[in-house]
Amino acid sequence: MERIPILRMGNFLLVTIQVDMHDKLALTLQDDLTAKIADVGAKGVLIDISSLEIVDSFIGRTLANIASMARVLDAQTVVVGMQPAVAITLVELGMSLPGIRTALNVESGMEYLKETVIDYRNGEDYDGDSEQD
Amino acid sequence: MANVLDVVRRNQESLLQEWLEGIKGGIRRRDLIDDRELKSQAAEVLTMICDAPGEAALDNLNSPPWQPLKDLLASLSTTRAVQGFTPSETAMFILSLKGPIFGLALKLHKNDVDLLFSEITAVDDFIDKLALHTTDSYIHGRDQVIVRQQEEMLELSTPVVTLWDGIVALPLIGTLDSARTQIVMESLLQAIVQTNSRFAIIDITGVPTVDTLVAQHLLKTITAARLMGAECIISGIRPQIAQTIVHLGINLEDVITKAKLSDAFRLALERSGRSVTRNSKSNGPVLSGAREQ
Repeated sequence: MERIPILRMGNFLLVTIQVDMHDKLALTLQDDLTAKIADVGAKGVLIDISSLEIVDSFIGRTLANIASMARVLDAQTVVVGMQPAVAITLVELGMSLPGIRTALNVESGMEYLKETVIDYRNGEDYDGDSEQD
Repeated sequence: MANVLDVVRRNQESLLQEWLEGIKGGIRRRDLIDDRELKSQAAEVLTMICDAPGEAALDNLNSPPWQPLKDLLASLSTTRAVQGFTPSETAMFILSLKGPIFGLALKLHKNDVDLLFSEITAVDDFIDKLALHTTDSYIHGRDQVIVRQQEEMLELSTPVVTLWDGIVALPLIGTLDSARTQIVMESLLQAIVQTNSRFAIIDITGVPTVDTLVAQHLLKTITAARLMGAECIISGIRPQIAQTIVHLGINLEDVITKAKLSDAFRLALERSGRSVTRNSKSNGPVLSGAREQ
């Protein structure tokens, strides 16, 4: 069965979506990712959707769900590299994905994850929604 | 009816002179077209009328023999619309032909009032139709001008400028409607990807009014930019607009807003870990440049 690979990099998990997402694949990813986070005790998840060109409301909702589930499992999620057309589509669908952190590319996404996880370890009071940088 | 056309053919030269006199009497804007061009245009139209094949009837302008004449008039009127003539000036060009032709008809049928009347009615009807056709073409030309200008305005009005490495600005000028928002949104998102910018400043100094629809369009753009990983700052909110926004109950609390573009730029520099310092006090209020920390 088709699966999306999940790479581990230290405390973080990397997911690169290179194929067209269909509903079943999204659900499989959700299952695999939550299992993996719990398994390795990951503190951050980076989902790269720069190759994703088609998105529907279900995929959007699944992304939001994955972020919320990761939060419950004590991991920060950042979605990187969203295409302009995908962003416009999501907005037109009325999905602003308020709970999801976004970044321009993998580099700035990793930067963000490292910062937040270090902040967290230093015992600072961290709130993912209001923290801007 | 063929009689009048025959007389017109025979007296083409003198008719042209009389027609030109009539046109010049009616035209108030000689700066837009010179006499020589006017004369060549009138001569061309008159030749077209005279050269119409024998079967061409004055009462049926839609018949094929008149097609070249209609095409010529259409192109003349379209040009006049672009040059800035008024509709009545454009119509007067062809209507001025009535007088000279009536004069010819009067000479021809001096003694037969009934025939004269029917001839004049036919010519009158024919020229009126030509004038209507001229006006139609004129309006069509105007429409084309308007459509072209709208397209040009859309292209001109959405420039995305790079203020600094990773900071882009979008100065909006004019009212935001749905079509423009779409273009604004696309060009901004495209610029964010191309320049790899983390901050986008939308400056609405040039937006005359902000209503709920405009605010909704702005929020859509901001959300889309956020989804891509860029942060949006709205700047250039004038006091009246701030009042309107609050009175309308538009919720801009999740959006960073600044009064001036410079404030927004300063914030974006700060957020990206840069600061602005002045190296020398003697140089007055010139910023010496931003320094990477």
